[in-house]
Amino acid sequence: MESALNNNGLDYIEHQLIASIQNGLPIADRPYAEISDQLGISEAEVINRISSLIERGLFKRFGVVVRHHELGYRENAMVVWDIADDQVQAVGNQIKSYPFITLCYRRPRQLPEWRYNLFCMIHGKSRNEVTLLLEEMISENDWCDVPYEVLFSKRRFKQCAANYISQPGIKT
Amino acid sequence: MNEVDRSIINHMQEGFPVCERPFAMLAEQLNLEENELILRVQALRDDGTLSRFGPLYNIEMLGGIYCLVAMQIPEHDLEKVIEAVNSYPEVAHNYERTHELNVWFVLAAESESQLEDLLADIETQTGYPTFAMPKLDEYFVRLKFDA
Repeated sequence: MESALNNNGLDYIEHQLIASIQNGLPIADRPYAEISDQLGISEAEVINRISSLIERGLFKRFGVVVRHHELGYRENAMVVWDIADDQVQAVGNQIKSYPFITLCYRRPRQLPEWRYNLFCMIHGKSRNEVTLLLEEMISENDWCDVPYEVLFSKRRFKQCAANYISQPGIKT
Repeated sequence: MNEVDRSIINHMQEGFPVCERPFAMLAEQLNLEENELILRVQALRDDGTLSRFGPLYNIEMLGGIYCLVAMQIPEHDLEKVIEAVNSYPEVAHNYERTHELNVWFVLAAESESQLEDLLADIETQTGYPTFAMPKLDEYFVRLKFDA
C-alpha cells in the first residue's frame, strides 16, 4: 500500500500526517496541537510540515469544500461532447472560459458504447438555467453540429472525499 | 444559512490559516469571537454544508489517481448496486444521471493496478460491467462557489 507514495517526495512523518488528516482537521481552538498529540510530534512540527506541503502543491485546497447543492446550486449537469481529437484542446479551452463551467476534462472514448471525449460540468440553480447557459454557449461558438449530450444528476448517492491513503504503522 | 455563515464559507474557501490558533486569526478577520467561529464551523460541518474541512489533496501529486466510472444499471437493481458501490471507501461523488449509463462515480486509487483490482471487484460484486473514464487532460477545475 505504501509503494504508490514512495516516489512523490514524502517522508514517513508526512505520509502519516497526510493520512491522519485526510478526513479533515479537528475543529478545535488548536487543531494542529490535537494532530501532534496523535502523531507524537510537536505542534510546531505539524505546523511547519503542513505549511511545507501546501507550498509544495500537495493540496488543491486547504480550507473548506462546500456541498454546492446546499448552497442552492441544485442542478449539476455533466455535458459530454464528441470532438475531433485534434480540436479537443482548443474546444476545452474555449469551454473553460465560461464562468458557469466548473470542470472540463478530456477522457477516453469507449467505443462503441460511448463516443464522447470531452466532459464539462455546469452547476446551476435549476435545469432550465443550466439548459439556457448551455444553449447560449453552443450558439455563440457555432457548435450546433457538434454531437453532445447532457446528463443531469437525478439523485446524489454520495458526495464525500474518497479515502485512499493508507496509514503506515497506524491501525485504522 | 445567514450572512455570517456565508462570509465564513466564502472566506474559508480561500484557505485556512496554519498557525497555533487558526480560528482566532480567522475570527479577527471576520469580526467574530474565536469560540463562535468554531461553533459555526462545527454546525456547518454537521449539517453537511461543508463536505470537507481541511485539506483537499492533489491526488496526482501524491502518486494516486482518480477515475470517473460509469455503469448501466436497470431500475430493479439500482438500490442494490448503489449500496454495494458506496460501501467502498475509495468511492466519492456517486450520482444517478439521466442517461442509459445512469450511475456515475469517482474512484480513487493509489495506483493503476489498484484501480484495476477495484474495478474488477466492483464488477464481481454487482454483476455489471464498469466503464472507466480516467482523466486524460484537465483544462479547468473551479473549486470555489459563492455562498
